[in-house]
Formats: sequence, C-alpha cells, structure tokens
Amino acid sequence: MKLLGGAGAILVVVVALLASACGGTSSAASEGSDGGGKLTLVAYSTPQEAFEAIIPAFQKTAEGKGVEFEQSYGASGEQSRAVEAGLPADVVEFALDSDITRLVDAGLVDSDWNQNEYKGILTDSVVAFVVRKGNPDDIQTWDDLLKPGVEVITPNPFTSGGARWNIMAAYGAQIEQGKSKEEAVAYLNELFQHVAVQDASARDALQTFTGGKGDVLLSYENEAITAQQKGEDVDYVIPDQTILIENPVAVATDAPQSANEFVRFLYSDEAQKIFGEKGYRPVVKSVADQFDYETPTTLFTIQDFGGWGTVKDEFFDPENGIVAEIEMSLGVSTDSG
Amino acid sequence: MIGYLSFIVLIPLAAVVWKSTGSGLEGFWNAVTSPAALASLKLTFGASMVVALVNAVMGTLIAWILVRDDFPGKGLVNSLIDLPFALPTIVAGLTLLALYGPRGPIGINLAYTRMAVIAALLFVTLPFVVRSVQPVLRELDREMEEAAASLGAGGFTIFRRVVLPNLAPAILSGVALAFARAVGEFGAVILISGNIPFKTQVASVQIFSAIESDRPTAAAAISVVLLGLSFLTLLAIDVLRRWGSKHES
Repeated sequence: MKLLGGAGAILVVVVALLASACGGTSSAASEGSDGGGKLTLVAYSTPQEAFEAIIPAFQKTAEGKGVEFEQSYGASGEQSRAVEAGLPADVVEFALDSDITRLVDAGLVDSDWNQNEYKGILTDSVVAFVVRKGNPDDIQTWDDLLKPGVEVITPNPFTSGGARWNIMAAYGAQIEQGKSKEEAVAYLNELFQHVAVQDASARDALQTFTGGKGDVLLSYENEAITAQQKGEDVDYVIPDQTILIENPVAVATDAPQSANEFVRFLYSDEAQKIFGEKGYRPVVKSVADQFDYETPTTLFTIQDFGGWGTVKDEFFDPENGIVAEIEMSLGVSTDSG
Repeated sequence: MIGYLSFIVLIPLAAVVWKSTGSGLEGFWNAVTSPAALASLKLTFGASMVVALVNAVMGTLIAWILVRDDFPGKGLVNSLIDLPFALPTIVAGLTLLALYGPRGPIGINLAYTRMAVIAALLFVTLPFVVRSVQPVLRELDREMEEAAASLGAGGFTIFRRVVLPNLAPAILSGVALAFARAVGEFGAVILISGNIPFKTQVASVQIFSAIESDRPTAAAAISVVLLGLSFLTLLAIDVLRRWGSKHES
C-alpha cells in the first residue's frame, strides 16, 4: 500500500500537470475582473522588467490613477494556453502572434485586435548571434555558423515557440541571399548538425551559453542586450539578413476600459522609451530614432513566409514539418553512430 | 476515502486516458510510435532502471552506514539525505550544470550527455531507498546476526543470508519509488540534458514539446504509455516483494 501510495502521489503530479495543460478544449470564458480598479496583465517572461518600470509610470497618469495590477509572466505558449483555459486576463502580451490568435479562436480576444496603427505589435527585435566576448571565432554571417567546429546553441523549436523565430531567420536569410527553397532547407539541415544543445526555452539556452557551452547562441537582440546589462561576458552580431521579431499585445474582449487606456499608454513615448532601454526596438518611430540600433541590410518578416499560421504547419508540424524531418534524419544518424 | 482517492487520483487519471484517445486509436498509436516519442520513452525507462538499480545498492549502503556506524557529523549527513526533496528540481538541474558543466570547478563535464540524465535522476531519487531501508535496519534484531556469527558464518554470509532477506522488502519499495520518480522527472533533467531529440530528450520533455506544439492529445497519449509502463513496473516489484515475504515465512 505504501508503494502504491507513493507511486500514486507521483502520478497525481504528472496527471495534474497534464490536466491543466489539456484543459484548453473546455474554452471557459474568463471572468472579467471586477471593473475599473484592477487590471490583470498576462505576458511572456522577457518584458517583465520593462513592465515593472512602466506600470508605476502609468499609475502616475490621470488614466492610471488608482488602477491596481495583477501580473503573470511565463513562457509565451504556456501563458496563452492558461488564458485559453480560464486564467483571467485583461491585457496579454506574447512572443508571437499565434499565441494571440489562439485566444481569438477561443472568443476571448476580438478578431480586430491587430487593426491599430501598429498592427497590434508592441515591441520589435531581431534575431542576433550572441558570441563570446571579442568574437574569437569571427562569426559575422549565417555561413560562418557552418564553419568546422563551430557549436551553435538554439532552443528546441518544438518546446519553445519563441525559438521558431531563430529557425525562420536562418531560413529566410538563405532565401534573401537568392537561394532556392530546397537550398534553404539544406542549409537548415547543415545548421542543425552544428547545434550541440537544444534547450527548452530561450532563457535556458542563454544559461547554457553563459555556462560555457557553444560558440554562438541564436537569440533575440533584446535578450543579448539584457545579458550584457547584467554583466555577462558576451557580444552580439546582427547578421546582414535577419528577421524582424514582432511581439503583439491585445486587450481581452470583456476587459474594463482601463485596459484600453493602459495599452494606449504602452504606445506612449514614455513607455516605448522604457522598452527601448530594456533592449527592445520601440515600434513608435520617433522613440526608436532616439536609440542607436544597427539596421541590417535585409530585414524580413514572418509575413514573407505567409505568417505564423502557415509557417507552423509547413515547418513546425511535429510529424511532417520541415524542421521535424530534419531533426528526425539527424536523430536517426546519431542513433546509429 | 474512496471519494478522496477519486478526486485526487482516479478522475484525473481517467481524464488523461480519455484525452489520449481524442483522435482515435490510430492517433494514439501514431503519437506513441513516432520515432522521437519512441526514442524518448526508451531513454526514460532505460535511465530510470539504471537509476533504480544504483539506488538499490548505494541507498542500502548509505542506510547501513547511517544506522550501524558512528562518525562525527553523522546527524548532519543524515539530515542532508532529504535535501534533494526540498530543493526545487529546476534548481537541482541548475546546480548540477554549474558543477558538472563545461565550466565546472572540478573538471568533470557530463552536461548534455545521457550520463547527465542519469546523474540528475540519481540526485533527485537519493532519499527513497535510504529512507525506506533505514527504519527496518534500525529495528533489525542484532541477536540474529550474533547467533549466525556464533555458528561460524562469515560477514558476507551473514549479510546475504540474514540481513538482506530482512531488508529486501524495504529496498524494493524504495527502488519502486525511485523508479517512478525518475520516469516522471522534468525539472532536474531539462537543463542538464540539453534536450537533444533522439539522444538526450526524455519523455517528459517530449510531452512538453507536444503540448507546446498544440498537440495535447499526443501529449496525453505519451503520458498514458509512461503511466502504463510505470504501473506495470511497480506492480512487478510489488509482486516480487510479496513473493519474497511469503517465501521467507
């Protein structure tokens, strides 16, 4: 009995985790928080520091006076699924727009969420190469990642939705250099042979890299800047061709009016400047101009490949996706070798 | 009692099984036989078995030393045993990575290998065997051993014929707990294993990736296999234990 009891306890934990993860289909509508005074912000993990500076600034304005905040930060996909399953949220900010379209499909966010001046995008960034201080391997281009002996770190694109930006940057850079689709896929295949570790999330990958593993980390410019601000011994390189990362924000359908005012404030010069100081590229042009960001020669967006909806099926379907097939072919060879 | 069990265990378990068949039996089969899922299940059960066996030997040894030997600082060591339980497993993973990673201070680099998976699992499962053997060993009548010695039995014979049969049930329950814990472990493994598909990706991470790819049904299906195989293993150990105690009397 003791044995079954112990095993049961462990089963319960696994099951409870799953039950919470699988609760999505019930699509219970989240209860709107009780008007005016309180706002619930659900966001992915990296903008936390920016929000912690922005919220007090908002509370100093006439609109934000007396508005209290509840905040929740975590991996983008998990946060989005939690909201879908009933976690109350008035304002959501995620790493990629498919995490918001999930809420649109669940009826929690209006389908016109991206119809504003900035198309629903709150902050921008680009995919960058994070390298060791002084760039000892002289990594400048996508082709440099394939140099013999170069070890690349990138999170697993199946466990980290955000890591898909990296893969699409690598793929798109080949297309932009005039290669065919097949050649670009071949590049990805070769790139994955240099990938030594596929961490579960972008933060884990940064941990792995600063812990001494690998020569290049594929990451976002804002993460690289944050790492530098925290005193890590890293440099970063913006490749000539890279993807524009766009982080969307949306207001829940049944959110109080103050949620709209908060989002309006997020686009104010003051808030955008705070995002800029935390390493993001502000979407408000006049604010962005105050920062000295390197402009890559060729900047493309996910729309160039049909948007996340299409890309998810074509590249990241766990069975037939291009990336799944690459992982599988490499897996089979490592298994026999 | 039944109500409590239903609420805490049975209903959630049933929900996972029900969820796993969401896309029919064929969907279930495809999910658990995909090469990536199979590889992760193989690694998980292989590593968990190794971990359970190492625990059986080392855990018993540690329990023996803690009960039978006296040395300065014994009380401290004794309380250290439970610490892996108290440490959030993700912190355990982080610590192991700092120690046995590429920049570790002692020059052992296990990180991102299958050895790392085993090391992380050993860390989090240490207390199980120690804690289940300790009380039994403490209660064990030393007169039996003395009697055996007076009849001319050597140290090893006494251990094998007198002590071990008495400890076996406790060792087996400790092993079962350690095994079950190892099968489901996530936090400690995720950082140090590197999650390389087909190489160091364990089943719990594979499940996580299915969830992240919006395939909750596949996630539930792999979990059901994980649960089913664990249950069979635990059942087998329990049968072995019963058979052992019957055999003794």
